[in-house]
Parts: sequence; structure tokens; C-alpha cells
Amino acid sequence: MKNENLYNYILGIADNSLILGQRLGELTGHGPNLETDIACTNISLDLFGQVRSYFQYASKIAGDGRSEDDIAMLRKERDYKNVLLVEQPNTNFAYTIARQFLFDAYHLVFLRELQKSSDLTLAAIANKCIKEVSYHERFSSDWVRRLGDGTEESKSKMQEAIADLWVYTDELFHQTEADKAMVAEGIGIDVIKLKEEYYNYVAGVLEESTLEVPDIKYFQKGGKQGIHTEHLGYILVELQYMQRAYPNMEW
Amino acid sequence: MSEDQIKNLEAQFEARIERDEKIEPKDWMPEKYRKTHIRQISQHAHSEIVGMLPEGNWITRAPSLRRKVALLAKVQDEAGHGLYLYSACETLGVSRDELYEQLHTGKAKYSSIFNYPALTWADMGAIGWLVDGAAIINQVPLCNTSFGPYARAMIRVCKEESFHQRQGFEIMLKLANGTPEQKEMAQDALNRWWWPSLMMLGPTDDKSVHTAQSMKWKLKRKTNDELRQQFIDQTVPQADVLGLTIPDPDLKWNKDRKSYDFGAIDWEEFLQVVKGHGPMNKERMKARVGAWERGKWVRDAAMAYAEKKQARKEKQAV
Amino acid sequence: MSTKNWPLWEIFVRSKNGLEHRHFGSLHATDADMALENARDVYTRRNEGVSIWVVESKHITASNPENSGELFEPAQDKVYRHPTFYDVPDEVKHM
Repeated sequence: MKNENLYNYILGIADNSLILGQRLGELTGHGPNLETDIACTNISLDLFGQVRSYFQYASKIAGDGRSEDDIAMLRKERDYKNVLLVEQPNTNFAYTIARQFLFDAYHLVFLRELQKSSDLTLAAIANKCIKEVSYHERFSSDWVRRLGDGTEESKSKMQEAIADLWVYTDELFHQTEADKAMVAEGIGIDVIKLKEEYYNYVAGVLEESTLEVPDIKYFQKGGKQGIHTEHLGYILVELQYMQRAYPNMEW
Repeated sequence: MSEDQIKNLEAQFEARIERDEKIEPKDWMPEKYRKTHIRQISQHAHSEIVGMLPEGNWITRAPSLRRKVALLAKVQDEAGHGLYLYSACETLGVSRDELYEQLHTGKAKYSSIFNYPALTWADMGAIGWLVDGAAIINQVPLCNTSFGPYARAMIRVCKEESFHQRQGFEIMLKLANGTPEQKEMAQDALNRWWWPSLMMLGPTDDKSVHTAQSMKWKLKRKTNDELRQQFIDQTVPQADVLGLTIPDPDLKWNKDRKSYDFGAIDWEEFLQVVKGHGPMNKERMKARVGAWERGKWVRDAAMAYAEKKQARKEKQAV
Repeated sequence: MSTKNWPLWEIFVRSKNGLEHRHFGSLHATDADMALENARDVYTRRNEGVSIWVVESKHITASNPENSGELFEPAQDKVYRHPTFYDVPDEVKHM
């Protein structure tokens, strides 16, 4: 592939939305009440919309006849490049919200920079997505505040979720080979530069929520290299089920 | 109020409906009208949110991204429709939480069709095509029903639902024109969903207890049997377009009636499913009750947070 | 610990600039901010709005239908409030 770095770079971005959208999709019909259920599904829909834009572009770049669905559903476990954070399960609503917030806060600053990409397609996608993600971040941070500063029970659940998922935040700011190549070309974002802003912002929201910033020095990583937690396999079982069980058919 | 006065009010009330005037929540209404509406609207709302489950369970397995977003949007609409309907019901002085309580304790009913399992992807097609098709036949006349909030909710529901049936039919069409395996999947789904869809339009007229009163209040415009006939007459040609066979050996065109004759419906099965013995009754209720109970601490926390925020605001103002 | 139900809110949506806000329906939310967010997700999924108002239902004071007679019927015979009450010759245009 001529543009392999760009292709991998796009997948690195899109897989996050794909896997997170899939996780949120599990919740549809099972939310804490109708209003919240509808809101979470909206976020899932936004994310899948983003995924389609990215993969349609990736499909063009790959130029080997693979469609957006082939790219989304027919890769092997190790070829998914999403960060570990987004594949973590909906253990309870605090985990869903913590995962969402910790990702949204990153996603928002990331897209803000991606709008400046010299790749006009990526810049345009970022420009569209950022409006959606601004809303996601507003939704998830509001819920962090509600659960953090709600009842004793919700506070302890929220604190636990933040503490458990914190170990996956550092990976957001790891550079891959594709990242480095794309940064050099002015297409990609130097995520390392976003790190300080991210942690400052997140700490601010946690403080408002009367939650503690976890004191953790050792972080998990690997998603960006395709080395995932055990959760991803099960996500793929469902995501890929139809395409694997009935290969080469149209739906 | 004396009995005569009430009779007089009731007569005026019926006359208003007869003149096609709408009844609004604060208007005087006979107790039976209120109760019937709470029952029917909440049953309708429950059907929407229980109906999210069989389709919701295929969201993560949808075969393409296009299908996935369509299904997500459809199931989300069902949550929205449940919400509109619960709101309409709340104008009659009963809270959504009370209505949930009735659902969760088995006091309230919901459409029996959702007690059948969604086993293959083709079921997403069959549900959209047949179940939504039957639902639309039931719902369109309700846009003009006598109780204002219900009619308004139904207008919104019908407008939004117009894509649901097409979404289902498109899935079926793609399968029917696909590989033999796909076509077989579509036929199998039609076989399993056809009869429950016919039952969905309610017991036969001679067994239906509510029809006469419902007609008067414009909760119904046609009888169950008429609706069923309408559904069959419009669906059979659609099955022909798909090249699929309706699983009824007795189905045939009746020239004189200009309608299809059809075979006997297994009402014993219907009765058993209504009574709670369908394949999925227990699972569906478990899922609903589970979500509600797991959500309790979340709802409580949000409420507690709002109260704290309000208290802080008031303190600042002092 | 609070076990109160989320209060009910009435939702008004302006579908485009130039039009008034119209009552769209209701929903549950813990406060005004959440009511706005929920309204956005519930009532403007299909691009139905450019502006939303939310009012907690309990703050709405409604007229009582029992008083409809005294409230509204007196206006029925005030025909002089309508242009058709006044006689103007046919040849007078644009009035």
C-alpha cells in the first residue's frame, strides 16, 4: 500500500470510535431510564457515523477493493488499533460514564488539532466530529459531576470506576510509528503535546465532582500495537459474527 | 354530584367526542374513560420499550455499519416513542414510575409479539416489515383519537415510524435477492413471525371485550378482524415482491370479497403467551426489571446532585 | 438518601428562526440543564429545532376548563373586533 502510514493512522483514530460505539450499543434498551438511554444511543450513533467517514476514506486509500465494512469487521484481533480504554466493559453506569469522559476529554482536544491537518479530508471529518464530541464531553462530564457529587453510593462507585480506568489514560498519548510519520508530514497530531492539557482538564472536572485524582504511576498500554485486553476478543465475536458466519454476502 | 348530574355530564362528554372535539387532560371525563386510556396508552408505551429488547440484542451483531446505524436509530426511536406515550399517560395523573411498577409486577400487559425470540439477522427484517407493519395499521387511526395528548403523541410516533417498516422491508429484500442461504434465512423469519403478527392485531371480534366502547371513544376505528384483513391484504403482495411464501396453505384470493381468505389462527398459543408462557416472557421482564433496578442508584444520585446544586444556589442568593 | 422521582418538564422547541417556540411534549430531568440536554436528545433527533425552552411542569398555571364559560365565551360575540364587522364599499381596495 502506497499510503500505509496514513491508512494505519486513520485506523488508529477510527477504531476508537468503532469499539466505543459498539460498547455503547450494548446498552441500548438497558439504560438507567429512557432519557439517558436515548442520550447514550445518540453518542453511539455519532461514533458510528464518524467510523463510516474514516473507513470510507481508508477504503479509498487502501485501494484494494475492501469496503468500509471489510475494514470494520474483517480484521484479526491484533489488527485493531484502538486504545485499551474504549474496550473496557459496562461494568456499571459509573464505568460507562468514566470511560466516556476519560475518552471524550481526549477526543475533543485531539479533534481540535486534527482540524488543522494538512490532509483536507481528515480536517473536514474532524470539523464535523468536533461538534458531536463537544456534546459527548458535556454529557459525560456532567454525569461525572452528578455521580461524583450525588450520593455516598454513587460517589464510591464513580471513584472506583475512575481509579480502575485511570491506568488506561496514559496510552492515549503514546505515539505509534504511523503517528510519527504523519506528524512529520503535517497530517497527524503530536498527541504528546496534548497530555498536560488533558490531565489538567480532567483533574479539574474530578475536583468539581469531589472525586480524587488517582495516584497511579504504572499504566497499561498495548492497544495501539494491537495487544489488547481480553475484552476485545468478545467484542469482535459480536461485531464480526455475521461477516464471519456468512462470508462474502451483501446485507 | 348526583347520579343525574353525572349522567348529564357523561352525555355531554360523549356528544363532544361524537362532534370530533378533543378531550384535554384537565377536562371533566368519566372515570372509565380515564382508566381505559391509562390502560391502553401505558400498554402501548410498555410495548415500545419491551419491543426494544429483541431488536436491541442484534445491534452489536448487525452485519454492516449501515445496518447498524439504522437499527440503533430505530431502537432509539422506540425508546422515544415509549417516552412520548408515558408522557401522554402522565397527563392523566399517573407517574411513569407507577406505570413501570405495573409493568414490572406483571399487572400491565404489553404486546405479546415481543415474547418471541429474535434468532437471526432476518428477524430484524421480519420485525420491521411485519411487526411494524401491523403496528402502523393499528396506530395511524389513533392520530385522530379523542384524547388530545394521545393523538399528539401518535402523530409524532407515526411520523417517525415511517422509516421503520421500510428499513425492515429493505433488509428482507436484500436477503431475498441474496444467496440461497440468505433467502432461506428470510423465509424462516417470515415463517416464525407471520402468525404472531396476525395475532398482534388482537382477538377476533366475537372475543374482543373492549371494541364497542373503544370505537365510541375513537381508540379504535376498525375492529380487530377488519384490521387483520387489511394487514393480510397489503402484506401478501409485498411477500410476492420478495419472492417469499406466506406460511399459510389456506391463504388464497377471494374474488367476491376482494380479499384474501386465510387459515385458522392458533388462539390457544396466543392465550398462553399473553398469560406469560411465551418463549421470552420471563427474559423480557428480567431485562426490564434489571435495567430499572441497576439504574436506581444512578437516578437517585442525579436527583441528589440537583438538590445540592439548588441548595447551594439558594444559599448564595441569601 | 433521596428516592424522589425525576420531575417532569415541558419542552418547547423553535423549529426555525422566525417561528415561535411550540410545545413539543414533556420528559423527566433532575434540573433545567439536564432537561435541556434530554430535550435535545429526545425531541430534536431529526433536526427539528434551533432553540429549546424547558419549564418544569409544576410551574405552569393552567386555566380551569370549568371556567371556560366565563373565560372564553364573552369573547364570542365581540364581532366588532374583527375586520368583517365593518362595511366598506367594494371599490375600496387594499383595506
